[in-house]
Amino acid sequence: MSANCDIAFTLNGVKRELTVPVQRSALEMLREQLGLTGTKYGCGEGECGACTIIVDGATVNACLMFAVDCDGRELVTIEGVAVSEAGEHLREAFVANGAVQCGFCTPGLVVQASHLIERHPDADEAVIRRGIEGNLCRCTGYRKIIDAIAAAAQASAQGSEHGRG
Amino acid sequence: MAGIERYEAPDTLERAAEILRAGKVTVLAGGTDLMPQTQDGRVQFQTVLMNVRRVPELQGIAEADGAVRIGALVTITQLLESALVRERLGLLWQACDHFASDQIRNAATVGGNLCNASPAGDTLVPLLALGARVVLSAKPNGSLETRRVPLEAFFVGPGRTSRAPAELLVAVEVPLPPAGFAGEFYKHGTRPGLDISAISIAAGARREGTVLRDVRIALGAVAPTPIRATRTEAVLEGRAPDAARLEAAAQAALEEVRPISDVRASDWYRRELIRNMLKRVLTHVCQL
Repeated sequence: MSANCDIAFTLNGVKRELTVPVQRSALEMLREQLGLTGTKYGCGEGECGACTIIVDGATVNACLMFAVDCDGRELVTIEGVAVSEAGEHLREAFVANGAVQCGFCTPGLVVQASHLIERHPDADEAVIRRGIEGNLCRCTGYRKIIDAIAAAAQASAQGSEHGRG
Repeated sequence: MAGIERYEAPDTLERAAEILRAGKVTVLAGGTDLMPQTQDGRVQFQTVLMNVRRVPELQGIAEADGAVRIGALVTITQLLESALVRERLGLLWQACDHFASDQIRNAATVGGNLCNASPAGDTLVPLLALGARVVLSAKPNGSLETRRVPLEAFFVGPGRTSRAPAELLVAVEVPLPPAGFAGEFYKHGTRPGLDISAISIAAGARREGTVLRDVRIALGAVAPTPIRATRTEAVLEGRAPDAARLEAAAQAALEEVRPISDVRASDWYRRELIRNMLKRVLTHVCQL
């Protein structure tokens, strides 16, 4: 039998306390223990990015992270991104540009795109392509996803200009 | 299957070394290699899983005594964002720029990349070329002891290093290259993102009039460990890099490599890549 460990962390702005098996991944913890199924299991080895989450302000593959390593840290999942302003811009842009087909890669892409836009508010196509190289989509061929992220970046930039004005 | 019996997250190097001394410890840093390796059974967990994330001595990038000390926990993203690394250790910076994906660069650590000791490990090849050494700490008799090991002696086989089980890799120290030193990192894969190298090359030198000085060449994924190509360096050292000299260097490199055939490339293809791409990389280096 494997050991368990008590951990405490912030998840989408809410403090959580949990007991997790030591070898469990953060992805399993989110999906199986906390019922947050927006974060997807794709490949389980960091190739596909469907499980992308934000930890302490940077995106990581939840499938490669040990749940115990969440202790003391700040996690944001697609459920948290979805209710943010950046998430709203991304959702609208993904719909308007037809960037969703089967939808399985979408949560990971939206989380990665939100991080990308935060780091590079003026991201051009090259920066966007580079930023999503860890996210696989088997349906769209990426064109519409790149267009959607560019549109969301523009909407976010305009939003913050209005905010300043 | 024996599982993990205890989880530890020490917050000092002393404590981490004590846990290691007690034995049967799996060290966790970024987790990006450990998780898939333990899930598919390539690596078995020891009875203690020790997360070193909170050990402050493993953090930070700083220049001291003619070298850059990079803490074992420094992530690939932190290396990319470091002006010191970008300006003074360009070969390492370039390799980080080719490393996996944003998500993995944000989690993966340089210490983990070194201890994982893959023959194709991206940071290993430039660190070898730059003459780096690892700093290993242990606490055998009640006080911390530290030793430094040059990377050539650290890698002993695929996935194997000369780190003793009771030792922790604390940092890697990279001597600052001489003024005027310029280098290029090249990685050959089948796609630009998230690929494991079929081969990789880190080469650098400085120009002195018409000749090359301080030539450094390291090669990845062409032997059981990443290798420093010292005989190839000797062919170029103090010589003018004309076409005949570059061909002689490429031939020397072919004598130094021992590639295998695997899913990424055949041994024949790896040799062709080394011969042709080393000449191209060296040509670029001469133009820098």
